[in-house]
Amino acid sequence: MIGHLTLAHYIGLGAVLFCISVAGIFINRKNVIVLLMAIELMLLAVNMNFVAFSRFLGDVSGQVFVFFILTVAAAESAIGLAILVVLFRNRATINVGEIDSMKG
Amino acid sequence: MTFPWDLVFFYTFATVLVGAALCVISVRNSVHAALFLVLTFFTSAALWLLLQAEFLAIALVLVYVGAVMVLFLFVVMMLDINTESTREGFIRYLPVGILVAVVMLGEMLALIGMKQMVAVAAPADPAGASNTAWLGNALFRGYLLPFEIAAVILTVAIVAAIMLTLRQRVNTRKQNPSVQVAVKASDRVRIVKMASATKEATTP
Repeated sequence: MIGHLTLAHYIGLGAVLFCISVAGIFINRKNVIVLLMAIELMLLAVNMNFVAFSRFLGDVSGQVFVFFILTVAAAESAIGLAILVVLFRNRATINVGEIDSMKG
Repeated sequence: MTFPWDLVFFYTFATVLVGAALCVISVRNSVHAALFLVLTFFTSAALWLLLQAEFLAIALVLVYVGAVMVLFLFVVMMLDINTESTREGFIRYLPVGILVAVVMLGEMLALIGMKQMVAVAAPADPAGASNTAWLGNALFRGYLLPFEIAAVILTVAIVAAIMLTLRQRVNTRKQNPSVQVAVKASDRVRIVKMASATKEATTP
């Protein structure tokens, strides 16, 4: 008996994706762009959970919430990349270790 | 019991998704990471199609693959981080680009083929409406105020991004439209009164 596609498959996949992106944040300490990509991956993992719950519980609120998460994530990445461009213009680096001008 | 094709497709897409996500966080080149992130979003859109969330899957492809990832690629290429790779041209990015495109094509064909093999499950909506109608009804009836707040957030993001990256250069020449509109004819042309002069006859 192999079984059917269940909610646990999607929840597990979302967990794996979230852990990969957390690991990516720890690995990539040199590059702010890859950090932003890892944050996008995290949001994608959360969205995966929302869509799976919405499908298997028959509730539309999860998909509406994914819609709003997509909106806010697009705004976040636009502002984050704009900050990154200004930072690179002023400091000529995107290395996280060198961006410490606000350290006391 | 029929062969569980949906599980086969789920595991195929999940493998591609996890592999692409691992490539995003592990490759050294930022352009390659952005391309693998495109593959990740596309694969998760395919997984959402398996969940019958069609509207969100298409929105993910349009918004993320079409807009946000292009923005990422613009910024990565604009910042010019690793200078030695810029000389080599696009041959350097060709294998990864072809790999991403071929995997995406395979996923599209698999989704189309799966439609033939798997019996159509019951829709997620208990009332039986399509996914877009279901989501649209909820969005414009129960969540109208959050929807408009999301629109305000996007507008604020546009204004903030423009204000952050706008740079006032010192030595640029530019036109001042209000001065141009307010100009009068007397500023441009000066009419001078002068006595008429006759041409003197030349002596032979």
